[in-house]
Amino acid sequence: MYDAGKIIPGLVIFLCLFTFPFWYNVANGKASQRPELVIDAAEKQCVESKEFMRIMHMDLLNQWRDEVVRNDNRVYLSTDGSKHTMSLSNTCMKCHANRTQFCDQCHDYMGVTPYCWDCHIQPRESK
Amino acid sequence: MNALRSLFESNKKAAITSGVVIVVLLLLWAVGWLSFLCRGIFGVLIPYAALALFLGGIVYRVVQWAKSPEPFRIPTTCGQQKSLPWIKTNRLDCPETGWGVFGRMALEVLFFRSLFRNTKAELKSGPRLVYGSEKYLWLGALAFHWAFLIIVVRHLRFFTEPIPSFVQLLQSLDGFFQIGVPILYMTDLIILAALTYLFLRRVLDPKMRYISLPTDYFPLVLIIGIVLSGMLMRYTPVKADLVGVKELAVGLMSFHPRIPEGIGILFYLHLLMVCVLIAYFPFSKLMHMAGIFLSPTRNMANNNRKIRHVNPWNYPVKVHTYEEWEEEFKDKLKASGYTLEKE
Ligand code: HEM
Repeated sequence: MYDAGKIIPGLVIFLCLFTFPFWYNVANGKASQRPELVIDAAEKQCVESKEFMRIMHMDLLNQWRDEVVRNDNRVYLSTDGSKHTMSLSNTCMKCHANRTQFCDQCHDYMGVTPYCWDCHIQPRESK
Repeated sequence: MNALRSLFESNKKAAITSGVVIVVLLLLWAVGWLSFLCRGIFGVLIPYAALALFLGGIVYRVVQWAKSPEPFRIPTTCGQQKSLPWIKTNRLDCPETGWGVFGRMALEVLFFRSLFRNTKAELKSGPRLVYGSEKYLWLGALAFHWAFLIIVVRHLRFFTEPIPSFVQLLQSLDGFFQIGVPILYMTDLIILAALTYLFLRRVLDPKMRYISLPTDYFPLVLIIGIVLSGMLMRYTPVKADLVGVKELAVGLMSFHPRIPEGIGILFYLHLLMVCVLIAYFPFSKLMHMAGIFLSPTRNMANNNRKIRHVNPWNYPVKVHTYEEWEEEFKDKLKASGYTLEKE
């Protein structure tokens, strides 16, 4: 092999960079951690099904915001026919009262930083 | 009659093309389902195998390259070599020291400097051959590569727990304009535009189409597929369950693979295409990622006149000097009346 003095360090750097997640997770030892959701359910059923809410809640909230702010419409007609007031603080947070133990669990895990609370007053949490 | 004939021909072509497109789409759909049904294989086995091929393959190829002797210094020079003290030298374009080479390589790797010099030749009426500057390829290539890098680094959020701060910073910069929910990433638009250009460049120009091979289209189309499936997963209701994705990804990275339920078919398709891409990588033109560092015309200092370089494949040549020759044929030479040098 020619120029081993340069090529071998180069290959070592390449391998270190591309295996970053492996040794990073080993070093931190938090690989088995996953979000734990706590909920004080005042209602039995969310405005939509759990499967829908899990992946679509951000789109739903966005739609609610547009309806309320732009169309002055505060009533949401759910797929199951029930009606709900479109309000994050008054409807959602009735059950999902503990932001740190519900919302933040997945958001922190996935590195999502919603900018809702840039403007909205953050609700006080019941301990 | 002729018009009808050509219409018939073009219709036939269109029919074949749309047939191919439909077959490809059906195949993709079937592959998506298959990979979803065999999650253990497509979520664990194939990713590990692809990663091993990727890392091992690249190391193998580079070692193979390093085994072939590097030729005599052959840097391409694009500027004034170091000469008399009052002649200005161009340190980057005719590097004479290791640091000059480093600067030249860094600009090459990070900003594709030599592609920036790309020219085009056109035959104008006359006929007249006209050369001009051609920057679109440089722009498209640079946009594509940087966007790709940023997207891959952003993806580390799926593979690491806790997420490193540079990943967080990168994704907040990428989503700086806070358009829509989930926030639109600028790199997604950039890579899509760049890939479209890079693809059309090969298809629309007859000269480019003529020299383009399946090995040129395959990675391009594969990456387009990866990007489209990724964007569908993020911006449309066929979303993936990201918490599940992260559990799977972190599981792979910590050698405790888990297959959470309900991630979605599209994710498995995305993952499969990524696996195909990285498994194919070491055996394809994509190896230019490593090859750029080993380009002899770029990575050598142009100091031929200052330092003596011995060609590495020179071996001790067995020479037969005139004296030895004369000694060997002394008798015959003498017999023919030849005057020997020795005498
Ligand atoms: C060469 C590697 C890859 C490329 C170029 C790529 C490309 C993309 C792109 C362009 C997107 C759109 C959203 C965004 O930009 O973040 C995306 C989304 C996504 N990718 Fe990849 N991807 C790659 C590898 C992977 C791998 C290995 C995984 C497996 C963990 C993965 C999982 C996902 C998921 C779950 C999404 C949806 C993200 C969201 O909703 O925010 N990707 N990908």
